[in-house]
Amino acid sequence: MLKGRAFKFGDNISTDHITPGRLAHLRSNLPELAKHVLEDADPTFASRVKKGDFVVAGNNFGLGSSREHAPLVIKMAGVSAILAKSVARIFFRNAINLGLPVLICDTEVINDGDELEVDLAKGTIKDVTNGQQLTFGKLPEAMLKILGEGGLLPYIQKQGDFKL
Amino acid sequence: MGKTLAEKILTKKSAGDACAGDIIISRVDLVFVQDTTGPLTVRQFQAGKFKKLANPQKTVLFFDHAAPSPNRQLSNDHQLLRQLADSMGCLKYDVGSGVCHQIVAEVLARPWDVVIGADSHTVTAGALGAFATGMGSSDVAIVFALGKTWLRVPESIKINVTGKFATNVGAKDLVLHLIGMIGADGATYKALEFSGDGLVNLTMSDRFTIANMAVEAGAKVGLFPSDKITQNYLKKQGRAKDFQALAPDEDAVYEKRVGIDLRFIEPMVAKPHQVDNVAKVKELKGTKIQQVFIGTCTNGRLEDLATAAGILKGKKRHPETRLVVAPASPKVLLEAIAAGYIKALLEAGAVILPPGCGACLGLHQGVLADGESCLSTANRNFKGRMGNPEAFIYLASPATAAASAIKGEITDPREVN
Repeated sequence: MLKGRAFKFGDNISTDHITPGRLAHLRSNLPELAKHVLEDADPTFASRVKKGDFVVAGNNFGLGSSREHAPLVIKMAGVSAILAKSVARIFFRNAINLGLPVLICDTEVINDGDELEVDLAKGTIKDVTNGQQLTFGKLPEAMLKILGEGGLLPYIQKQGDFKL
Repeated sequence: MGKTLAEKILTKKSAGDACAGDIIISRVDLVFVQDTTGPLTVRQFQAGKFKKLANPQKTVLFFDHAAPSPNRQLSNDHQLLRQLADSMGCLKYDVGSGVCHQIVAEVLARPWDVVIGADSHTVTAGALGAFATGMGSSDVAIVFALGKTWLRVPESIKINVTGKFATNVGAKDLVLHLIGMIGADGATYKALEFSGDGLVNLTMSDRFTIANMAVEAGAKVGLFPSDKITQNYLKKQGRAKDFQALAPDEDAVYEKRVGIDLRFIEPMVAKPHQVDNVAKVKELKGTKIQQVFIGTCTNGRLEDLATAAGILKGKKRHPETRLVVAPASPKVLLEAIAAGYIKALLEAGAVILPPGCGACLGLHQGVLADGESCLSTANRNFKGRMGNPEAFIYLASPATAAASAIKGEITDPREVN
């Protein structure tokens, strides 16, 4: 069971909002880069987020660049899962490859700051603050296998090849 | 049942019959990183304890996003990439070699190839009939090691193109029109497949511009058939032997069909801060701009510089509007010098940047001040994109960019000549 607070974002949060190109020089200094996570969407996010919290977004989260640093710094900030109405393709793959769950659900009913409980095995999300219960779509089988090993690298190290 | 372009290529590259929705393991013909995604790829490759590259001569490192490097951190990243090239024997296009997607187009990608790049605009090579798509560093590190990747075979949206562009209207206007129509997530997880009688009126440069922006509609790939125009392009690059024809089956199944008549496309612009926030240029007439940027993997080719130089020749940029131009490759720059385009641009008051990506993603060169607006021929206008979240970016064609540089405000190119 994952537990934490919701940090609510809108539609079309791009990888530039998450980790902009002007900080490209910090990409080999990840702890420093992580201090700026989601800076251009909410400059206070990095200082407020705590281990276990959730990024809760609208449509098309993570559109734009292939930079894996975007989900990486979200994970490093302590975020336990991303909840969104929809996510962009490359970001989705990158997050799963890093072992960061992305849960597709109707985030409309979740408010900023709500306490959430997520049961990954059952596929349920409980908004403890307002009592709402949500379900999220099951990940494709191939992605579940990768996520189940904690990401792509551990998956390949264990399996030696793609066995999807 | 017939096959789409995506299904045809992926059937050839995987063990079985690839149909939309299938999960397949595909061989990869070309894999590359650039200097801002490469270092993490190298670290993932090393963390995986892989000893060698699956195909060193089909593994490519590009130094284009920070070219030349503006600071010690990025210089050290470059050093890490050079060390990998030295120890593993892969291909290296160091500082000054140009924008990765332009080099992939000019030199490396072939019709029927599967191309995986650690850069979202890898889709550019779809113009050549290659299944080309962007992935992150972990995925690419695994391609480095195994020479293959997993893919979900995408459903395809067929874009049927008819007619011919009016004067000073072009491929950028078409693709902005298309993205405005279907939205920034209108093709998420899908292939865009271009077809129709109008394709004969789209040059390879046009096709690269269109395929390049497929990802701005969320698409996995933007595919063109490989035809006479592709053949002539490859021949011109000294790569006649790389040509192979590619066309979809007539009874291929499409999720959706969209028709576009080029005759009715008008100069288009994407307003801040989303690519699908489009309007006709004439609706934004008079919007003041402090900078014009012409270049990038979208519109930094010879044809783009020819268009801009044609409009700017003998004229001057507006005194309050900077004009920044970055040719996409040394080949483009040399040809633009020989053709007199660079002279015309310099005389109009342009600053010419070395071939590279820096200005487009706000890494260096041409960073905007607070409250400033830039009209750019790039593919993204996200908040903060050009180095400042307090600035505004409008996307448009090279013709609109050149006309706007003269007037200092967003200007319909049909009004200048």
